[in-house]
Amino acid sequence: MSLMLNDFLPAAPEIFLLSMACLILIVDVYVPERYRLVTYQLSQATLVVTAILVMFLYPTESVLTFSDSFVLDRMGSVLKVFVLLMTYFAFFYSKEYLRARNLFKGEFYLLGLFAVLGMMVLISGHSLLTLYLGLELLSLALYALVALHRDSTAATEAAMKYFILAALASGILLYGISLLYGATATLDISELHSAIGSEGEGRNIVLMLGLVFVVVGIAFKLGAVPFHMWVPDLYQGAPTPVTLFIGTAPKLAGFAMLMRFLVDGMGGLRGDWGDMLVLLAILSLAVGNVVAIAQTNLKRMLGYSTIAHMGYMFLGLIAGTAAGYAASMFYIIVYALMAMGSFGMIILLSRAGFESDRLDDFRGLNERSPWYAFLMLILMLSMAGLPPFLGFWAKWSVLRELVAVDMVWLAVVSVVFSLIGLFYYIRIVRLMYFEKPTDHSAVAAPGDMRVMISTNALAILALGLYPGALMAVCISAFAI
Amino acid sequence: MAQNSQTMYLAIVLAPLFGALLAGFGGKLIGRIGAHMVTIIGVAIAFGLSALTFKGIVFDGAPIYDATVYTWGVIEGVHLEVGFRIDELSSLMMTVVTFISLMVHIYTIGYMHDDPGYQRFFSYISLFTFAMLTLVMSNNFLQLFFGWEAVGVMSYLLIGFWYQRESAIYANLKAFLVNRVGDFGFLLGIAAVLMYFGSLHYATVFETAPLLRDLTIQVFPGVNWSLMSVICILLFIGAMGKSAQMPLHVWLPDSMEGPTPISALIHAATMVTAGIFMVARMSPLFELSETALSVVMVIGAITALAMGLVGIVQNDIKRVIAYSTLSQLGYMTVALGASAYAGAIFHLATHAFFKALLFLGAGSVIIAMHHDQDIRNMGGLRKYMPITWLTALIGSIALIGFPGFSGFFSKDLIIEAVHHSGLPGSGFAYFSVLAGVFITALYSFRMYFLVFHGKERMSASVRSSLRETRAVVTAPLIMLAIPSVIIGWLGIESVLTGELFGPSIAVLPGHDVLGAIAADFHGAGSFVLHGITGAPFVLAMAGVAVAWYLYLARPELPERIKQSFGLLYNVLDQKYGFDRFNGFFFAGGARGIGTVLWRGGDAAVIDGLLVNGSARTVAWLASVVRHLQSGFLFHYALAMILGLLLMITWFVTL
Repeated sequence: MSLMLNDFLPAAPEIFLLSMACLILIVDVYVPERYRLVTYQLSQATLVVTAILVMFLYPTESVLTFSDSFVLDRMGSVLKVFVLLMTYFAFFYSKEYLRARNLFKGEFYLLGLFAVLGMMVLISGHSLLTLYLGLELLSLALYALVALHRDSTAATEAAMKYFILAALASGILLYGISLLYGATATLDISELHSAIGSEGEGRNIVLMLGLVFVVVGIAFKLGAVPFHMWVPDLYQGAPTPVTLFIGTAPKLAGFAMLMRFLVDGMGGLRGDWGDMLVLLAILSLAVGNVVAIAQTNLKRMLGYSTIAHMGYMFLGLIAGTAAGYAASMFYIIVYALMAMGSFGMIILLSRAGFESDRLDDFRGLNERSPWYAFLMLILMLSMAGLPPFLGFWAKWSVLRELVAVDMVWLAVVSVVFSLIGLFYYIRIVRLMYFEKPTDHSAVAAPGDMRVMISTNALAILALGLYPGALMAVCISAFAI
Repeated sequence: MAQNSQTMYLAIVLAPLFGALLAGFGGKLIGRIGAHMVTIIGVAIAFGLSALTFKGIVFDGAPIYDATVYTWGVIEGVHLEVGFRIDELSSLMMTVVTFISLMVHIYTIGYMHDDPGYQRFFSYISLFTFAMLTLVMSNNFLQLFFGWEAVGVMSYLLIGFWYQRESAIYANLKAFLVNRVGDFGFLLGIAAVLMYFGSLHYATVFETAPLLRDLTIQVFPGVNWSLMSVICILLFIGAMGKSAQMPLHVWLPDSMEGPTPISALIHAATMVTAGIFMVARMSPLFELSETALSVVMVIGAITALAMGLVGIVQNDIKRVIAYSTLSQLGYMTVALGASAYAGAIFHLATHAFFKALLFLGAGSVIIAMHHDQDIRNMGGLRKYMPITWLTALIGSIALIGFPGFSGFFSKDLIIEAVHHSGLPGSGFAYFSVLAGVFITALYSFRMYFLVFHGKERMSASVRSSLRETRAVVTAPLIMLAIPSVIIGWLGIESVLTGELFGPSIAVLPGHDVLGAIAADFHGAGSFVLHGITGAPFVLAMAGVAVAWYLYLARPELPERIKQSFGLLYNVLDQKYGFDRFNGFFFAGGARGIGTVLWRGGDAAVIDGLLVNGSARTVAWLASVVRHLQSGFLFHYALAMILGLLLMITWFVTL
């Protein structure tokens, strides 16, 4: 087996990212403390160039390389671009926060870049091993990121819990992969698909066990009930920029993992994993939406809201059609945008010694700063799924696909839960607009941060008014 | 030409609307003076153009205008439109409405002078004028209904104008609820029209009506009812609510809680006559059902007699006039039933003038008496308030139908018309309207004598400040007194010969009672001479004489009569127990049912179980599930393993 230059080309963005990460690692060691900004700037530049490379390589059809263990396709490219975009925003939002708390170190950005590399590998994985490799690279980087603030007991506790549970989940996933290998004698996604058969002809008990283990492993990564326990603790305990990062880009990678394992690899067992996802979706919708009501910490509340949103994302996959997958992808991208804005808002309102992550901290925000209260209003109403915001279209598209395959009952169940969910989003709005502020200090944030967060939130309004473009991108990703 | 008249009619309707909007929303920008200026100018424009229209249609023979101005929507062939039908009937109504409204606007400057709600008041009465004009000028049932409800809303708002008063809120709610009953019938009537005629346009409906004359429908299985009777009676139920006919009259006396200008404008001259106008407008339909006409006549006769009797025992100056209004509305209704639509509208017009005059005169007295309305505390006001006294005397004489005054012509016409009618119930109606003449004279002059003559019974402090009211108050009185005297002379002949209303009112040859009277008519002068020798005149004079004897000559007598006829007095004082019965049966019953539904249905099932129950359940669930999140790592790991096992047992099957 000889590798030609052409075989490396599809992985060019990943290779570039890896090289740059190594370069920045060395640069960071030699840069004096006061020039730490260089690391940040190099990281951002790397992300931008990588994104350009991904777009440049946008394929017309799927390309396999590295002995068919790596795939370059449209879905992957779209997801990668959004992963890079989200990471860019996450780095941007975190800059001031980390500076103010003396955490502005090269490690944050380096670990972030390696996590991005892991996500990209995961997204492009075409072999069970490549997928696992990408997942582990991502996870290892995230463990360290959570523990970045090592003097904070909450952060270290969250990191510890995350590490142990994720190790357990990785073990489960790996066990599932070994069962799949045992049943089909292959690690290649396409061969796995043909071994199972498009209608599940090769279905046997070992395969089913493998499927359950794999689904559990993925469910853990996405934080679906009952494998969600780490989510609230991690969201609350980790420093807000880390929460922001974990809450956005890796969700897109998790969606890719679902697609690679279940749709590309085990499409023949759609009926089986569809039922599992129904169970996970209903439990996630119920627990996420209901328990979020009892929260007083905004980060923790958003953690539960994430769980609920994963439930909605499953709905499109449950529909099991190309349009359904597109709707799910649309949903996950929209969700990441909204989560980014929400956590970004917490970062914006915080300052050294004040995290601004309790619900009470948003009391009377309208009196302190009407503009940010308005942006937060957009974000919360969009999360709740009210028109005309983008979140409405996300919910609407997955529900539409669900109804198109005659699963009206599930659509009704999810609508009921989103009605319950409306409560805790609206509660923030009420706090902001109808309560007196307890804290009267003016919002202090640098100008570039203000511009970015406004862009972020207004994009949700603007895209909500013209949802066609983003939707078209998602549909084209599955239109081969 | 058509374009010009359309612009003109639009201006008539919209001028008061703009006035109302400016006065209502102008606030400090235009101030109090600005508020009354804009509304008065708006209504004055409407009056000027209405008078022009009336002259054009009635005297210059301008063509009747019937056209759509704006199409709101078309649903399965049914046109929902705004349109005007300007003919003799509507142009007369427009002129009367805008004239009275203008007088009341001017009068209000004085009456509401110190009221903090000055601008709001002007905004309301102007808006009312707009609503009344849309009702009157409509050429279709939908707009009629809009105007009908709009005047109802304005009446509601104005009765409750002093919304801090408990009694005002009670009264406006009562008016609203009682009118709901009537409106329900009215709406059903309109629905029946739409169902069988397929159109809401007057002209179409009137043309088609004779074809459906013999159609019967089964509302209840096995019972055949004439379609025309059903439609007409349903529509008349609406008129009963709006024009306060028994038993839907109970709201009108209470409506006196509103400011006096409102009582004059809405609850005497215009809105309450909307029902009369509507029936006259629908004359092509009513003519086709003798049953409906009989019902109309009997209801009117009962109202005319019974309400007049109650007026005798009232002591509140405005309530006496209110019962008088009820009684006079009964007269108009009787005339409708006798197919003397022209007579009804004629009486409506004369009544509008002299009743508005009486109300405004009462208002003038009330101002002077520092808002004491009890006639037992008045007396001898003649020498303090000469203009008010004289105009009130003119109003009273017009009301009792003294020959030569406007009320005489219209009322005698009604009495004669009923006399000529051959419908079932006309005998009773004839007795009622004749007896009513005596009663009208009795209560009118009882009030007149008690207020303006006899002993001065007010307190010394009030007496010392008694004086004639300002010119803005007295000028409208004079302006209204003039038509109260002369309008009868001018109108009688053209009403009788049918010239005044032309084709706008339809009467079948068999019902043409006015035509029969016209055959003996030899000019207004001889009509007056004939009147002096007739029974009504004798009865009226007897009424005045009795009033004089009881309240001026022997003032101690009424108290003795009251004691010896205690039962009768109580029946009248309790207004036949309508209020008590309604309060107990309808209000109490509705409240009872409401309480049961509220406690059982709303509070227990919907609020308790569904709304709060689900909220409680969710909150409880949240607090419980929250504890599952214990924070212990081994709990989390256990949950994952359990989840895995659950999924294996559930899904791993072959």
